[in-house]
Amino acid sequence: MKANFKYNLVWLIIMVAGFYLMNTLILVGVIDSFIENMLVTIGINIILATGLNLIIGFAGQFSLGHAGFMAIGAYATAIVTQTASTPGGFYASIFIGIVISIVAALIVGVPTLRLRGDYLAIATMGASEIIRILINNMKITGGAAGMFNIPQFADWPTVYIMVCVTTIIIVNFIHSRAGRAVKSVREDEIAAEAMGINVTKWKLAAFVLGASTAAVAGSLHASYLQTIAPNDFGIMESISILIIVVLGGVGSITGTFVAAVVLGVLDTVLQNFGALRMVIYAAALILIMIFKPSGLLGTWELSIKKIFSRSKRKERVES
Amino acid sequence: METFFQQIINGLSLGSIYALLALGYTMVYGIIKLINFAHGDIYMLGAFWGYYVINVWHFNFISALLSAMLVGAASGVIIEYFAYRPLRHSPRITALITAIGVSFLLENGMSYLFSSNTRDFPQIIKQVNYHIGGVLISNIQILILVTACVLMVLLQLIIKKTKMGRAMRAVSVDPDAAELVGININWTISFTFALGSALAGAAGVLIGLYYNSIDPLMGMTPGIKAFVAAVLGGIGSVPGASVGGFIIGILETFVQSIGLSAYKDAVVYFVLIVILLILPAGIFGKNTKEKV
Repeated sequence: MKANFKYNLVWLIIMVAGFYLMNTLILVGVIDSFIENMLVTIGINIILATGLNLIIGFAGQFSLGHAGFMAIGAYATAIVTQTASTPGGFYASIFIGIVISIVAALIVGVPTLRLRGDYLAIATMGASEIIRILINNMKITGGAAGMFNIPQFADWPTVYIMVCVTTIIIVNFIHSRAGRAVKSVREDEIAAEAMGINVTKWKLAAFVLGASTAAVAGSLHASYLQTIAPNDFGIMESISILIIVVLGGVGSITGTFVAAVVLGVLDTVLQNFGALRMVIYAAALILIMIFKPSGLLGTWELSIKKIFSRSKRKERVES
Repeated sequence: METFFQQIINGLSLGSIYALLALGYTMVYGIIKLINFAHGDIYMLGAFWGYYVINVWHFNFISALLSAMLVGAASGVIIEYFAYRPLRHSPRITALITAIGVSFLLENGMSYLFSSNTRDFPQIIKQVNYHIGGVLISNIQILILVTACVLMVLLQLIIKKTKMGRAMRAVSVDPDAAELVGININWTISFTFALGSALAGAAGVLIGLYYNSIDPLMGMTPGIKAFVAAVLGGIGSVPGASVGGFIIGILETFVQSIGLSAYKDAVVYFVLIVILLILPAGIFGKNTKEKV
């Protein structure tokens, strides 16, 4: 704790400064409601993609079912805040969403995480589709039409704080003893097991943590957009989260942030092109993948610690 | 009992479409370990090609089918050449995202160029229904089943009896060793894509005849179902893909016939997960032992 105090302090200052910078820009009017909407979407995508990056990039488990857990969070918020329409109800609904998605992740994860590679991908995709189809056919969730007039509690500051909180939790998980165990499972399951690491337990831990952050993102999504429908959480949603992770670089949280911002801005800019939008988006995706196969940042990570130690080294050389 | 056989007939016709698609998935996966997400969109291209030539050039069924197979094969080879070949040695997840990108490009490109409306597929073959022991069967269903079976037998012959087929099998077992004995890997992979995509093109024309309506996004759901079928049968195994396709088709029609049509996809995925847990490599898949 003490050793990293300086770096944590710098990160804290960056976060608070970022918050005030955005708030001032909104007050001054540089950021209008259109851009604010884009920023909130980017923030929600960051939460989703860092969770998925934990599962794919750090635990090495190829999951294609992230949208299912997002749907659980979204519907938890939609249902709870319709009866308890207070900020307290909203936060309670986030909590309920997390709990349900943890249970769902355990039910899905315990059997399927024995599979590997593409089999796991297709099994998790199937599980998330099952969640979507169940929601589609339930009375309480409003069926295929979805739910409307969800009270809006998630505004820009809430989303910003949630992005910070989930990122801190995930990054701390990665850098802890648990994170090292998870990464060893990714590198070589058999070797990890030989070293006494409980492979199933750590795979499941990463999966459950990723799923619970997806539920948080789902709650924010439902509360900010105020309407949700089961079809928002289909395979395409899982794939678009996956695209953010791979575009940024599998195994790089910084990359996920960059990719989410790049794709969010690209999406907003391309809205002027109307029907051509998705064509350009697809072509850009193919070209980036062909010319930069490891993603925009590869596995590079922005680290205050490294920057400090580098400048210290420079000082020593100069003196 | 009659409804049972009726559902079997319906399931077999739907299943043969899935089987044709699943064969393309399984061959491509067997040879370069890529889930070719764009495969369902080649099936869409085949259907649109059939729509075009029948309406504008007044082709008959056979020539429409064969030309759609050619178009499918050509587009498969072009996609492989431009999108997948540069990525052959990069991480598999990158190739997967590229495949998704190609799929987006085909879907949205087609909607942009030719509008995203649903169209009626021209009925070149008049539907005739036969009653055999209380079971209703149409000539189109027979046609789909026969065409699919003929194509599958042909495929099996190509893979087992020709030199190219032997090369394909060799590359899928060990690409490096295959190259050492003088097999042209690029050529073999292109050939695999051509074969698989030709089957998808044929499936597109057949589904047009069966369901009678086509649109640029029609490839997405059947594509995913066909992939599920390929995984169910054991991905990489050719007989497995056919069997998987028929199982999925029959399962879907049965769930629909007992009044649970809202849950038909959920049942398909549930069965998939259960089978993967019992037989982790699918029904016909080889269970490779893990070595340290």
